[in-house]
Amino acid sequence: MTVAISAKEIISQLNTKFPGAIEEAGADSVLVKSDSLLAVAEYLKTAEGFKFEYLNYITAVDYYSYFEVVYQITSLESNRSVVLKARSYTRDNPTVPSVTGLWQGADFQEREIYDLMGITFEGHPNLKRIFLWDGFPGYPLRKDFNQ
Amino acid sequence: MTTTRELTLKTEPFVLNIGPVHPSTHGVYRMRCTLDGEVVVDIEPVFGYLHRGIEKLAEERTYTGFIPLTDRLDYISPMSNNLGYCMAVEKLAGIKVPERAEYIRVIMAELQRLANHCIAVGSMLNDAGAYFTPFMYTFRERERIVDLFDMVCGQRLTYNYMRIGGVSQDIPGEFLPALHKLVDRLTIFIEEYENLLKLNEILLARAKGVGILEKDTAINCGISGPVARASGIKWDIRRNDPYSIYDRFEFDIPTCENGDCYDRYRVRIEEMRQSLRILQQAMKQVPKGPVKADVPHLIRPPAGEAYAHIEAPKGELGYYIVSDNSIAPYRCHIRPTSLINLAALRQMVKGWKVADLIIIFGSIDITMGEVDR
Repeated sequence: MTVAISAKEIISQLNTKFPGAIEEAGADSVLVKSDSLLAVAEYLKTAEGFKFEYLNYITAVDYYSYFEVVYQITSLESNRSVVLKARSYTRDNPTVPSVTGLWQGADFQEREIYDLMGITFEGHPNLKRIFLWDGFPGYPLRKDFNQ
Repeated sequence: MTTTRELTLKTEPFVLNIGPVHPSTHGVYRMRCTLDGEVVVDIEPVFGYLHRGIEKLAEERTYTGFIPLTDRLDYISPMSNNLGYCMAVEKLAGIKVPERAEYIRVIMAELQRLANHCIAVGSMLNDAGAYFTPFMYTFRERERIVDLFDMVCGQRLTYNYMRIGGVSQDIPGEFLPALHKLVDRLTIFIEEYENLLKLNEILLARAKGVGILEKDTAINCGISGPVARASGIKWDIRRNDPYSIYDRFEFDIPTCENGDCYDRYRVRIEEMRQSLRILQQAMKQVPKGPVKADVPHLIRPPAGEAYAHIEAPKGELGYYIVSDNSIAPYRCHIRPTSLINLAALRQMVKGWKVADLIIIFGSIDITMGEVDR
């Protein structure tokens, strides 16, 4: 059974390694400040004892006051998973660092979020719309999208 | 008198568009291929020709009202899509599914895997150049499975059979005897395919060693399902994160080491055998009882979020649902198996010929309804 790691289990380790990087430790997720997301993700991917080398999915949710990007990563060896979250508090040009350098599988998914939710992934090698055509007005998955 | 002449031809790479309307792209997928003669230098996938905005449509429907739309994601295996979605809502709302319904669900999901792999194997061989002969054979068997689905829900393509808390209606009395017959029949037919194909010279020449996907690349790209298992990743959600009642059945997780097109074909054939094993165990144990939990028509799950994933025929299919305690999902994200499995295609096809590109692409087994959503 894949054990979902609660934030409490790894929060002390993350806090000593990256002081101030964790915004909030939820029951089943770790909310990371977006400017330290890359460092925390790389640590969780490579450090001994974690090895979360498999990225299950990336998605984004529009909560009006902020956008939340959700990453679930799994360690195939120890069969544990953890959910990372990062927020962007601005509605015009929200930005989150891209994790394509760590997980190649993030490429299409980040493009999808950029296309439908309008979140820019900094450092993405080929950030352009994936499903809709260039020049499509607005981002359909945003809650204020006018159909 | 001697003259020297320049005999070398000047060549340059050119761009070839394959798709969106092309029989070997399995739908409306388009690849912009840069070719050097016949050798693939690079490809750029172009998506979106079947984008219907299903994730947005979910936000305007009730939880139950979204089930028919999940049929239209991976339309080769709608039962699995139904199952994944219902499981996510049940997880969110804390609904317990009755025993009998769990058994029916597992039977449907495994039948669906068999039907999907029939198409996957048949169409891969189609792409290898064995036009329509293997495809007709595998479709013949898929037809029998579809007949069973027709029997339980009256549909042959978009089943819309599962409900939140169970299934829409009980299986009719003649279903289990018919399933018994089908399982016996399929066992024989899988042997038949194996005898025809396993050591087939054309298949070996076209698929062995072609389009190798390394294990590390597969993990890094988030590849799942038979494609990952053919690259030596022993990962199956039915075993590694058991859902429903899969922990009660005995079955193996077939893997291969080379990660080429032939291995992907082998893994699928072995998985069909394992599905038959599960079906044989499940159909003997189906208990009596209700097939649907007592769930109100309009469900209001408590505010929160849930992710449920299943081992769909093509790989990990997941639904991430956010609820705001209203009758419609606040956000419903579908983890698209087919889209993520395409992430490594570029590395797999580089340096191969155009004809190999077609079979490599075919061996991944994607459905555009799920890629574009």
